Amino acid sequence: MRKITYCDALREAMVQEMEKDPAIFVYGIGVPDHKGIFGTTLGLQERFGPQRCFDTPLAEDTMTGFGLGAALNGLRPIHIHIRVDFLILAMNQLANMVSCYRYSSRGMLNIPLVIRAIIGRGWGQGFQHSKSLYSLFAHIPGLKVVLPTTPRDAKGLLIASLRDNNPILIFEHRWLYWQEGEVPEEPFVEPLGMSRVIRKGKDITIVAISWMNVEALKAAEILERRGVSVEIIDPRTIVPLDDGTIVDSVIKTGRCIVADYDWLHCGFSAEITTRIYEKCFGKLKQPVQRMGFAPTPCPTARHLENKFYPNAINIIRLVEQELNLSPIDLSCEEFYSHEKRFKGPF
Amino acid sequence: MAEKNKDTVSHWVGNKNLSLELYRQLYTIRRAEEKIIDHYGENEMRTPMHMSMGSEAINVGLCQALKKDDQVFGTYRSHALYLAKTSNLYNFFAEMYGKDTALLKGKGGSMHLSDPDKGFMGTSAIVASAISVAVGAAFANKVKGNGKVVATFFGDGATDEGTFWESLNVASLMKIPILFVCEDNGIAVHTRAHERQGYKDITQVIGKFKCKVFKDNSTNVESIYNLAVQALDSVRSTGAPCFMHLKYYRYLEHVGVNEDFDVGYRSQEEFESWYKKDPIKMQRETLKRIGISEDKILALENKISREIETTIHKVKNEQFAEEDEIYKEVFK
Repeated sequence: MRKITYCDALREAMVQEMEKDPAIFVYGIGVPDHKGIFGTTLGLQERFGPQRCFDTPLAEDTMTGFGLGAALNGLRPIHIHIRVDFLILAMNQLANMVSCYRYSSRGMLNIPLVIRAIIGRGWGQGFQHSKSLYSLFAHIPGLKVVLPTTPRDAKGLLIASLRDNNPILIFEHRWLYWQEGEVPEEPFVEPLGMSRVIRKGKDITIVAISWMNVEALKAAEILERRGVSVEIIDPRTIVPLDDGTIVDSVIKTGRCIVADYDWLHCGFSAEITTRIYEKCFGKLKQPVQRMGFAPTPCPTARHLENKFYPNAINIIRLVEQELNLSPIDLSCEEFYSHEKRFKGPF
Repeated sequence: MAEKNKDTVSHWVGNKNLSLELYRQLYTIRRAEEKIIDHYGENEMRTPMHMSMGSEAINVGLCQALKKDDQVFGTYRSHALYLAKTSNLYNFFAEMYGKDTALLKGKGGSMHLSDPDKGFMGTSAIVASAISVAVGAAFANKVKGNGKVVATFFGDGATDEGTFWESLNVASLMKIPILFVCEDNGIAVHTRAHERQGYKDITQVIGKFKCKVFKDNSTNVESIYNLAVQALDSVRSTGAPCFMHLKYYRYLEHVGVNEDFDVGYRSQEEFESWYKKDPIKMQRETLKRIGISEDKILALENKISREIETTIHKVKNEQFAEEDEIYKEVFK
């Protein structure tokens, strides 16, 4: 099958759906500029005109309300934020209006609003261009939260979101943009609310979110060489959440690590861990372990930034703990860094 | 900037039936709120009441000038706007009493009325938060070319919020057919405008945007109706936004059904000066001046009062929704 990048998969999904459905429009700060949100919106304004692809004033909250209003009157907006950190400016609309509006009309109004935001590590981005925060949004009833990892899922989950009639937040890790993978050319849907087993194994389950799947796959490859069989599950959507696939896996392996890409306290990893304790209590051979961001703002200097974000080495060390293995020498292993762009395959 | 003079008779709409209809609506809204006051102490309407009393001429004048298919967005203080736009007295009380037969089955209550089929698109109890939503809804109407106009109602407190100015900027920039309606009672909760606003005259500030401004300091529904017709003609003919600045006086406390002239932030005298030009009383005088008899007016008033009493009696006997209603309609 044809291979394209995650970035191209997102753009292709938008182009194909916009051609099919004239109600879809895409907007946000910098959307039609020469950089085009890391390339995902390049060419859309030329193709669909300035009424269906446009830039906006720097007014994130107001432009979110604008999307809500357009959606309840039958359009299908895609609002894009080049950093999730900017989406916080729209928290009033998201938490007080967008999430409640269908409920507050008792279903008389539909809210087909898609919001895309870029998350995670860049390159010395500091504490205001570096976060993930998806747990914060997932806490609020009425918002769906989607985190595609592979190029295939980027296309299929975005198309599913564009055909859904609810408010949906899609969080895309910046480093995933240039990874390549097999993606069907025709439009297709990856249903929301289905976890995917991205690697089969029998000794331990790793529930990994977004970029952490890349780190988990690297860790699994190294661990396999010393005879440890790792199963990796990508929940893909955390609202709605398919915990059944996770529970089945943990019942099989008896061990679980949640590789989160957000802060731990009151976060997604806490939710997953709780559900595993609720549903797999008697089957666990070890306590569930979890990892995520350091409980600090994100620092800029490289050696401190390395400490802030979780990675494959952290995963390997935690797996060793869970299996009572001594730490292996990793000095000859090559790990991902911004200078060595990961390009797949998945 | 268009400004009406304050002469009542010179602004008679010139149509007795229309004058009567305006009065019917004013009286219905006032009477409905008076009935809320009568029954609130029974503790069956368990929803915080932000009463419209005093603002009726704005809501009735505007909604009469709007077409049936036009859309409005309101605030937590939207009793008058809701009744003026929808005339849905039954749903109004069913929602207040939280009954199963209400459109929202009581999930909304006084602050969150919603009736999209009748063009009442919802409200926000977070000050100014529905304004940008209204701009987006108006953008969709523009894209669809369906000719519908959106009017978004808010108090002067909302103009303190950043999102009001952002919404005004977006609508002016993108030439969106929307009517901004500022119902200025000069008080945000208990804080007077001069304690909140660092400019002299909001209409002059807004006049610098690509947005035509209309203002009226009267409480005369006919005058406000005439001005609304002009403003809506402008929105429809130019496709650009307009801003209406309309003054009124909030008769009751911020939330609740009582007067609060004794707590210090305003005076009984101030109220009395406004009550002399109470919108319901004024329109009643207009009716008499244009030759409608006292008997006819009394008959209309009695009919409205009976209808409200009957509605409340009926609503009180309705059932509550099943408890699992709570889970419904979070997602499609």
